[in-house]
Amino acid sequence: MEALSRAWRSDFSWSFRHSPVAIISLGVVLLLVLSALLAPWVAPHNPFDPASLNLMNGFTRPMEPNAFTQEIFWLGTDDQGRDVFSTILYGMRISLFVGFTAVLFALILGVTLGLIAGYAGGWTETTIMRVADVQLTFPAILVAMLIFGIAKGITPVDMRDEMAIWVLIIAIGLSDWVQFARVVRGATLVEKNKEYVQAARLIGRKPGAIMLRHILPNVMSPVLVIATISLALAIIAEATLSFLGVGAPPTQPSLGTLIRIGQGYLFSGEWWIILFPAITLLALALSVNLLGDWLRDALNPKLR
Amino acid sequence: MLAFTLQRVFQSIVVLLVVGLVAFSMFRFVGDPIDNMLGQERTDADIERLRGELGLDQPFPIQYGKFLKNAVQGNFGISYRQARPVSTILAERAPATLELAAVSGLFAIFFGVGLGVFTAIRRDGFAANAIMTISLLGVSLPTFLIGILLIYVFAVELGWLPSFGRGDTVKIGGWSTGFLTASGLKAIILPAITLGLYQMTLIMRLVRSEMLEVLRADYIRFARARGLKERAINFRHALKNTLVPVITVTGLQLGAIIAFAIITETVFQWPGVGLLFINAIQFVDIPVMAAYLMLISVMFVGINLIVDLLYFSIDPRLRIDRSAAEG
Repeated sequence: MEALSRAWRSDFSWSFRHSPVAIISLGVVLLLVLSALLAPWVAPHNPFDPASLNLMNGFTRPMEPNAFTQEIFWLGTDDQGRDVFSTILYGMRISLFVGFTAVLFALILGVTLGLIAGYAGGWTETTIMRVADVQLTFPAILVAMLIFGIAKGITPVDMRDEMAIWVLIIAIGLSDWVQFARVVRGATLVEKNKEYVQAARLIGRKPGAIMLRHILPNVMSPVLVIATISLALAIIAEATLSFLGVGAPPTQPSLGTLIRIGQGYLFSGEWWIILFPAITLLALALSVNLLGDWLRDALNPKLR
Repeated sequence: MLAFTLQRVFQSIVVLLVVGLVAFSMFRFVGDPIDNMLGQERTDADIERLRGELGLDQPFPIQYGKFLKNAVQGNFGISYRQARPVSTILAERAPATLELAAVSGLFAIFFGVGLGVFTAIRRDGFAANAIMTISLLGVSLPTFLIGILLIYVFAVELGWLPSFGRGDTVKIGGWSTGFLTASGLKAIILPAITLGLYQMTLIMRLVRSEMLEVLRADYIRFARARGLKERAINFRHALKNTLVPVITVTGLQLGAIIAFAIITETVFQWPGVGLLFINAIQFVDIPVMAAYLMLISVMFVGINLIVDLLYFSIDPRLRIDRSAAEG
């Protein structure tokens, strides 16, 4: 109880309660994440169960009863009679899963390399930071495409669809670690000369323990900010790759795959197949982005 | 200056060698080239013979050296999928991408600088605020959604502009251009806007913030006191002094335009190198992927080098900082 009331009175919580943008963004993110997590219970249909599909339901307009079956679908159906609302919920699961896992991967890789580079110095630092510089020369999305292409070439043909999601995660994660490494290295350089680190060294703690137990907790707040903004970028990167046909396979459609499928029907007037996944993607990316912006301002002591 | 130039050139060469190593490893280890070239009915003797012919039995550094020598001469082997030399395919596709990049770059600079100056001068006006708000939305919209939106409005609903392809092209020498036909000019409008929009907002925001800073400077106040016309103050005195960072960012964005052309080209089925690259990834066409990688890295590294050197010679403060740090 004591801890709760202290948390409520903290600067951080005050800043959150007085930022309508942050409250709305968090609300949207929570709503979307929850509905994606609960998709099997929330979604009116299971779009991946062929038994629940009825081809007669194909191309039903949103909120209008189907001409043959009289069924009503909130957001309409696609060519095979799949409920668009349900495919969005299931697609969001893939998008969020890829986004979260890729950022987590990039975070662990980047923070580890950043800590090592900052703490060890010397040629270790030079090597790591040079690689980071070179990678930074190329846009992240291009690096991700390339890694995806190479990984696709290595995996056996019959495994490609199953592995696609994991390949996507590795590709996006590897294209994104540089930001984490740079920030953590910079912060580590500052922290490692402070007295508490010297004290830990004097009492004979091992370098690994010093990095993990002493320095890491003190460099985490910028990492949190980058992670949030990276999440928005990763979700968009995933959607872009899937849209280009080098991401999530049609058997496991993400929001990007749904938009790719929907694009084909735009010309014949079935606008709902593409519009609703696109709006969901936008709402997701924009609210995560705004949340990241707020977090950056709230955690940055310079702006207070 | 000479030491700095040499150092940067050396770094660029190292980067290119590393990228070359990645491209070469793709050739060597992703998929088996023998598998790709020989059919199902092959004998061990066939495999041995082809290994010898392709030089696959030689040590790694020698193979890498050969690859580099070929790459420098523009020889990247034969596309697995189209069974034609990769260099020929790239040469066919390059004009489309370069024309698209040029038009969208000009669009971004022209409107970016124009709107940037406008929003800085009328900083509290309604129109300026509206433009700034819309630009925020533009930054968070993924490129492919902008493309689809433009197609929907201008091609599907209004029917004014074509939704895919390059229109009619005219061949001049080895270069096929879409600039000389009406359909070619119409076809480039939507892809160029899609590709240039993000860069435009970036340049606009940069010009705006730089202009706001410069307009507060003493020499601007002095120019006003002298009774110069607003137009002369804004464009002759203020804008000129904002251009150094704008040139740098624009230069660096040139590379980004080429990379993001992949997305735009896919949305509009624009027959350029980007579309070629995406198709190569889908069909694991390693020679095309490797060649594209080398081509784009030469471009990126080159642009970075030029911008670095330009910056160094344009901004005298950098030189002083550096010599102070070294001395």
